[in-house]
Amino acid sequence: MAEGKKEQVTQSGIDRRTFIKTTGIVTGSVLLGGFHFVRLSQAQDTGPIKVGFPIPLTGPYGTEAKDQQAGAELAIAQINAKGGILGRKVELLVRDTKLNAAEAARRAKELIESEHVHIMSGVLSAANQLAVNEQCKLHGIPYVSVSQANEITQRPDNSIYTYHEAMDPHMTTQAVGEYVAKKYGKKWYFLTSDYAYGWQMTDGFIRRGKEYGAKSVGETKHPLGTSDYSSYMPRILAAKPDVLFLNNFGKDQINSAKQATAFGLKKKMQIVCPILLMSSRLGGGEEPFDGVIGGTSFYWEMNHPTAKEFVAAFQKANGRPPIDYAGYAYGGVKEILMGVERAGSLDPTKLAEAIEGRTYDNYKGPQWWRPCDHQSQQDVFIIKSKKAKAEYDVFQIIQTVSGKGERLLRTCIEVGQNPSKPIRSGLIEKK
Amino acid sequence: MEWTAIVMQLFTGLSLGMLYVLLALGLSIIFGLLTVVNFAHGAMYMWGAYAGVATVAITGNFWLALLVAPLVVGGYGLLVERTLIRPLYGRDINYPLLLTFGLQFIMIEIIRIFWGTSDYPFQAPEALSMPLEIFGIFYFPAYRVFVIGLTVVICFVLWFFLERTNLGLIIKAGTRDSLMVKALGIDMGRIWWLVFGIGSALAGIAGVLAAPIRSVFPEMGLAMLVECFVVVVVGGMGSLKGAILSGIIMGEAIAITTLFYPQMADIVIFLVMAVVLLIRPSGLFGRAGLLE
Repeated sequence: MAEGKKEQVTQSGIDRRTFIKTTGIVTGSVLLGGFHFVRLSQAQDTGPIKVGFPIPLTGPYGTEAKDQQAGAELAIAQINAKGGILGRKVELLVRDTKLNAAEAARRAKELIESEHVHIMSGVLSAANQLAVNEQCKLHGIPYVSVSQANEITQRPDNSIYTYHEAMDPHMTTQAVGEYVAKKYGKKWYFLTSDYAYGWQMTDGFIRRGKEYGAKSVGETKHPLGTSDYSSYMPRILAAKPDVLFLNNFGKDQINSAKQATAFGLKKKMQIVCPILLMSSRLGGGEEPFDGVIGGTSFYWEMNHPTAKEFVAAFQKANGRPPIDYAGYAYGGVKEILMGVERAGSLDPTKLAEAIEGRTYDNYKGPQWWRPCDHQSQQDVFIIKSKKAKAEYDVFQIIQTVSGKGERLLRTCIEVGQNPSKPIRSGLIEKK
Repeated sequence: MEWTAIVMQLFTGLSLGMLYVLLALGLSIIFGLLTVVNFAHGAMYMWGAYAGVATVAITGNFWLALLVAPLVVGGYGLLVERTLIRPLYGRDINYPLLLTFGLQFIMIEIIRIFWGTSDYPFQAPEALSMPLEIFGIFYFPAYRVFVIGLTVVICFVLWFFLERTNLGLIIKAGTRDSLMVKALGIDMGRIWWLVFGIGSALAGIAGVLAAPIRSVFPEMGLAMLVECFVVVVVGGMGSLKGAILSGIIMGEAIAITTLFYPQMADIVIFLVMAVVLLIRPSGLFGRAGLLE
């Protein structure tokens, strides 16, 4: 018996020890060799240009994160099809942040230190963006932020490496607040997600509201990820507002709109979502969002040549139209990569010079990079949820609020920068 | 503050508590008899919601969904007990705990693979979409009133089953001393099987009932599971009376906290738990000695 076994082993040419050794060496070389290879390619600057893309794939913003990824993938596929950047292929490295700032920072650090990414993008939710931005500043990696945040373009967080393609809560509230104040009543109530995003929305609305004589009649802050809002309803009803702002996002937006509808709030007030998401509208269905208005950076049915091109390409790749977060990711990733191409190198100052003050139109109309803080100036669209004639035909653009002449932006001084100079803070010398 | 707002708030708390009651009942009945801590309960609740979405997508009938979801999830529970849980009886309580803990992630992943990570819309049936006038003082969604009513009916049916039928009495006896019941010539294996199925079906019906109120997505059961464990622990592990009372207390605690200090609303249940456990370490109606 033992003899036979031994013979078998010899015949196949491998015994247990050899097997373990071989597997060990193979596994080891796969693990370590990966690093080695990257270092080598890094040194030679001939490997692919790597774009790190940490996003909250799991958690309440998972749907939006998936679209961010699809948008970035499309931008990179198009660039690679035309021969890449600086003659090098571009590669996207996606990581899950789990919508947790500490996790986002770890992922960003891992992408920078182990994967040696050249550029960072992605991330959703302000605290996560700031955490990733911190890592990028520390390592001197350009980061194009594609989700809303105020601080990111503001001292002390912004830097020469930081670009903000997305709108920020301030712009959103200036545009939406202006429309709502003119059109609906002056008594406003805020149901606010209790973190930076929600607070900034409320602050922005109150500031804009004052200019038009609108005032807050109450605010309820709810924890991020609340699934039952019924206990907030009596208080809102008792305050008798004309307008209810849902300053929340993702699943929180769906649940609060769903429940506000069930409690009959729409009969007594206009419901406004500062960012009315197509993913929320699709996930929540027609009834909860019926008649709800809100702001957006992009809607796929908009009538604009670059938008039509983007939508067609996205639809071909994904079998469905893009949401606004896919637009940000597409526009932002494309813009920074094309910037590298124009700059002719990954040098941060040359890259900044190639982007600052540029007017561009990647997917939805003219945008402009403000040199003092790297904020992208853009128009804001006011949309209204409608009865769908087709699956994705869910909104109607009721107004375009022009962003021209920095009218929706905070001033350079407000964000702590010099209006007459491009931002150069945070630049680190690399050996 | 107007008193109507407070009454309405209390009513909201009641409707909030009902989902806890349904889920906690399922967890508690399984634990009471099988001493299995079912970590897959939240995932079963989620499957109930998806079973509801699927039924409505195919037939367009909410009432049918209300019937199909518990049958599907209950059937699945029977399958899980027979194939996965049964081999672990007689071992340490951690074995089934770890098994179901892993099972919930498999269940979530299955939904992610076949249904994606996006939310699914699910509307309350037409007949229940109007707000109802309560006590002539305020309006409340008819659907939530229906959820309260249905939960009361389910609790009553469960009570009747456990207290007034032979099978129910065997289950109750088994909870007290399963060895003795076995000695009387009763096949406890079949009883355990059935009870796991009933507990799972309760999770399924809670899922489909929650779907028109909350969004339907793969991880919807995770947070709910944690809250329901708190409810079960406060009520007393294995006590059905405790699960019902504690579910209602938690719903009210959240509702009242929301009225006065909303930021605390999602941790108030843990505070209640801490206070209850300080005074009664085995929960409101828990049996001393269990799980110690």
